[in-house]
Amino acid sequence: MHDELFKEYEGKLNPKIIEDIKSNMPEKITKTQLKQVMDLVVEEYKKVRVQAGESVGLISAESIGEPGTQMTLNTFHYAGVAEMNVTTGLPRVIEILDGRKSISTPMMEIYLQKPYSTGKDIKRIALSVKETKVKDILSELNINVVDLNIELRINGDKLKELGINRATVLKVLNKEPKTAVRQSTVDKDLFTIRSTTKDINLNEIYKLREKIKNIFVQGIKGITHVLPVKRGPEFIIMTAGSNLSKVLDLEFVDATRTISNDLFEVAGVLGIEAARQSIINELFKVVDMQGLNIDKRHVMLVADMMCYSEAPQGITRYGVISEKSSILARASFETPIKYLIEAALVGEKDKLRSVVENVMLNQAVPVGTGLPGLAVRMAEKTVKEN
Amino acid sequence: MAEKERFTYKKVSEVHFGLLSPKMIKKMAVAKVVTPELYDKEGYPVDGGLMDIRLGVIDPGLKCKTCGSKLKECIGHFGYIELARPVIHVKFIGLLLNLLRCTCKDCGRVLIPQNKIDKYTKELDDIEQQQSFDARRKRVRAIISNLKTINKCPHCKSRQQKITLDKPYSIFEAEKRVSPIEIRSRLERIPDDDCMVFGINPEVARPEWNVLTVMAIPPVTMRPSITLESGERSEDDLTHKLGDIVRINQRLFENINAGAPEIIIEDLWDLLQYHVTTFFDNNIAQLPPARHRSGQPLKTITERIKSKEGRIRHNLAGKRTNFSARTVISPDPMIDLNEVGIPNIVAMKLTVPERLTEWNREYLKRFLERGPKKYPGANYVIRPDGKKKKITDDTHEQIMEEIQPGYIVERHLMDGDVVIFNRQPSLHRMSMMAHKVRVLPHKTFRLNPAVCHPYNADFDGDEMNIHVPQTEEARAEAEILMMIETQLISPRYGLSVIGCIQDAITGNYLLTTGIGMPYEKAVQLLASIGISEFSRLPNKKTIDGKEVFSALIPDDFNFIGRSKACKKKSKPCIECEHFEKNKCKFDASVIIKNGSLTEGIMDKANLGQGSGFLLRNLHKRYGKEKTIKILGDIFRMGIQVLLIRGFTTNLSDMDLPETASSNVEKTLVNAEEEIDKLIDMYRKKELEAFPGKSIEETLELKILEVLNRARNDAGNIVLDKASKKTGTFIMADSGSRGNPINMAQMAACVGQQALRGKRINLGFKNRTLSCFKQNDLSPDAHGFIRNGFKHGLKPAEFFFAAMTGRDSLMDTALRTPKSGYLYRRLANSMQDLRVEYDATVREASGKIIQFIYGEDGIDVSKSEGGSVNVKRIIENVMRE
Repeated sequence: MHDELFKEYEGKLNPKIIEDIKSNMPEKITKTQLKQVMDLVVEEYKKVRVQAGESVGLISAESIGEPGTQMTLNTFHYAGVAEMNVTTGLPRVIEILDGRKSISTPMMEIYLQKPYSTGKDIKRIALSVKETKVKDILSELNINVVDLNIELRINGDKLKELGINRATVLKVLNKEPKTAVRQSTVDKDLFTIRSTTKDINLNEIYKLREKIKNIFVQGIKGITHVLPVKRGPEFIIMTAGSNLSKVLDLEFVDATRTISNDLFEVAGVLGIEAARQSIINELFKVVDMQGLNIDKRHVMLVADMMCYSEAPQGITRYGVISEKSSILARASFETPIKYLIEAALVGEKDKLRSVVENVMLNQAVPVGTGLPGLAVRMAEKTVKEN
Repeated sequence: MAEKERFTYKKVSEVHFGLLSPKMIKKMAVAKVVTPELYDKEGYPVDGGLMDIRLGVIDPGLKCKTCGSKLKECIGHFGYIELARPVIHVKFIGLLLNLLRCTCKDCGRVLIPQNKIDKYTKELDDIEQQQSFDARRKRVRAIISNLKTINKCPHCKSRQQKITLDKPYSIFEAEKRVSPIEIRSRLERIPDDDCMVFGINPEVARPEWNVLTVMAIPPVTMRPSITLESGERSEDDLTHKLGDIVRINQRLFENINAGAPEIIIEDLWDLLQYHVTTFFDNNIAQLPPARHRSGQPLKTITERIKSKEGRIRHNLAGKRTNFSARTVISPDPMIDLNEVGIPNIVAMKLTVPERLTEWNREYLKRFLERGPKKYPGANYVIRPDGKKKKITDDTHEQIMEEIQPGYIVERHLMDGDVVIFNRQPSLHRMSMMAHKVRVLPHKTFRLNPAVCHPYNADFDGDEMNIHVPQTEEARAEAEILMMIETQLISPRYGLSVIGCIQDAITGNYLLTTGIGMPYEKAVQLLASIGISEFSRLPNKKTIDGKEVFSALIPDDFNFIGRSKACKKKSKPCIECEHFEKNKCKFDASVIIKNGSLTEGIMDKANLGQGSGFLLRNLHKRYGKEKTIKILGDIFRMGIQVLLIRGFTTNLSDMDLPETASSNVEKTLVNAEEEIDKLIDMYRKKELEAFPGKSIEETLELKILEVLNRARNDAGNIVLDKASKKTGTFIMADSGSRGNPINMAQMAACVGQQALRGKRINLGFKNRTLSCFKQNDLSPDAHGFIRNGFKHGLKPAEFFFAAMTGRDSLMDTALRTPKSGYLYRRLANSMQDLRVEYDATVREASGKIIQFIYGEDGIDVSKSEGGSVNVKRIIENVMRE
């Protein structure tokens, strides 16, 4: 309606604030009124801008570190399923900020495309994603000591539940090298597996049996549990275990919203910006669950710090801190000797541009009021005296 | 001197790192150490010994032979010793190994053709310029790992042999030990240009310098000896170690000169290597640490630098301060929020320097006249030449005569001085705030209870510190940046961190729920909190509590809010079902019109910290100073109201009417019956499992649900039927302390004790305690406490309560160090991020982390909950 007015203010106001005004203004607002609003907002915005030199990093660190003391240490059980618990609280925060390559409870939220998300067949869809191995569908697995072969009986009910037919089972079993599989003609659930290796002994049969147990039947590797959940109007699938790239390939999955809680997986599949967003979201999940209040800017800054280079880096001596330009700053954190020796060999120079080095030397730190320098024009006489 | 020290003429702009060459060591040394003896018979340092007075002085009365200055003035000078045989520096053994493996044993060149050397050198330079030293170091590591496998020199075509390291410091080539002499001569052959491939800068670190031929002896001042009470001297650990080195070194010299058998020389050489190694690091895995005679390991160079108690973190990054004090804190609501009560004794010890000028001469003279023993006096004067003079009875008269403009007087701390007040752990910036001094009798620091929250302080014995800024700059910064009023809004979430607590909330709640009082009483109440302007009170005989409260609020203030009792926070009041006759049934809609509270109750939602929107609006409208003043008035008002009315809490608060307690009993019995049925069904296997869960888990869930419902029902009965006029209820309702659940727990039923989100399921075989039957699934046997605290707990119940109590204690104890470490890491990694003049967020070396802070450049501590309140602006404009 007042588009040209909004355009005029684009340079002065942040797009987010303009959006905010648009969504909050009443229908019947006049142009002069809107202009008045805009001017007032611009004035207000000027007042709340950060000042140059503000030590935003430390403020963010404080804002995340201080509530850390109030967080609980408990893991949280997901809707009572014992195996599907989620790390929350302080351990999860530490895990995220450490930038661990493998996290303790990987999880996914799989959103589905339109016809699938309505809830029809949701259980079957969910189970088709779950990693199923032979041991999950069998009812008996015996070694026939006389014939030196293995008899495998399949649980028909489970097959039905998982939507697998017996031909598939035969196919996967056949893939196992150096074996021959025969399906009993009398009992369709009974398979006999014989090793084709000559002179096989009992010991090897035992090993083979263990191998058979772990033959992959269907689903997606890494996903150990699935749980259909209703979220809002639609059904989604929560999983324990994560395999983002494989899941996104499935045709019934809504790839735009499906997400994993494993940072490195997200970074690998969707890129560093997605990983940054993922850090923010995951940290907020914990913070919200604990009922704490942290402004998003602080979390954003930490995420930006971690995702500065091509792969997420942890806030550890191997990650972000090892990248610091100042030797003394690195040395004041951990393993000082290592840094000092490395620096000595290369003849490195510390330019004293950050905080700790200057504290060490009793000088003003270059943040906040220590940032600006003062230039004073001296009267000529005094200059000479110096 | 002091005069000059006030101005910083020089600033360190760079710190360079490098290795000391043997030449350099000799050049900077002032003495050659040749004897392990320390003192002669008279106790005088031996020439050429480790305590040689050319290396600096640590005894009073002696003069340094090098610089001629006395104790504390002489900073010390290095010495050196000539090692009889070269020795490897352990800290560089990894590098030495790489160098030997990757260079030719005959010609000393790197094992790659010249063109590749040039390529790598250039590549490394590029990486350093474009990225960082760290990236360069990574690249070097990659290059070296490729070089190790080459076994033929492309320059002189000689075969290379396999070189291995026998930790900690012996190097073998094809099973034969390579002596440090051989190593050194090989390293010497490596040309400067080839060094670059290994990431070594030959100008500051030639490879052979890592095999020591001479050793620098640190100055005596760095390893002072202490004289024990018995008059005995106890030497520093470093001196002990150096003594060992010198002794063995001399022995080795003698043996070599005497032409001793090779085996003896080898042994001594090894011993020398061991001593030099432990001199640098006494914590090497394969070596037994060198020990004192008492068996305690020596603290040598590495141990001195390392870890929390090491030089870097203990002395360099953290420093001690003068002009500070620490004592117990206690509350005093009658002082202002931005004041701190300082005990008399403290005020007479801490001082503020003031420069004497012609204009303040008489003023400062009065302090000097009173001297150090009478308050407010002065303790020291500093002459323009920097000499500090203590004012005592003897010096008093002389000083009085002596002083003239240019002298600095250190006067006692006085009311209105700015000090920095701090409580550990200093987790956020509100842990250190500036207050104005208020000198008070007694021996504790006094602070207004309203500022407890940002410090996280209470009065169960907490101690706090004050620091007195000593320069004008420091005082100005403290006042402008650190005063309480500037810290009102938390940078963590953009809301107030300071607000009314405890009694202050209760008092205002009671006042605004309608304590009427005669005009005189109202005047008295206002006067008692320090208000002398009574015209805001309506001229009536009896005055309503709300009207008394309104007297504190500026008369042009408008505000609409909700109080804690509001049931539908998001809906407008008109749509609310509790809205009757144009008024909220609970009096939960707060309306302030032209500075008078016409409707609503003042409780935690408006006065408390965090939520306090009333405070937030006052702050926006009237600025920080006035907000602090109003908050202080409201706080005192609450307390005075309670003093006049009287307030208590007692056991009978928890009394329930006969019907209520029987209702509670009924609810609990019903729940138990229901659970019995569930257990019965489970035993008969009739229970249907929830999807994805076992039957046992389903039963647990169902039982938990029933028990929770029962407890909530019981709680609601209590809230419904308990007297609303009791102290306990008032506190819970106003939000000042406790919540309704606590009341229900006392009056009716404590409820289920949960351990890790489940009922208590551990203890003995198939049961929790031996007083239960095995496999008993009933609520009692798994931590359900059906009694209230008032009635008292049964032994088993008490035990279960103790279990959860212990669990939560453990949780806290384990969490504190973990979160502390996380915080340290965060702070260390982000401390040098700052907003630049171009509004980008950059790290110290200038890398851009964010193009605009937080995507919109808003400072959280200036915002309203982290954003610009567009809605309010629109509403204001539309109203006009």
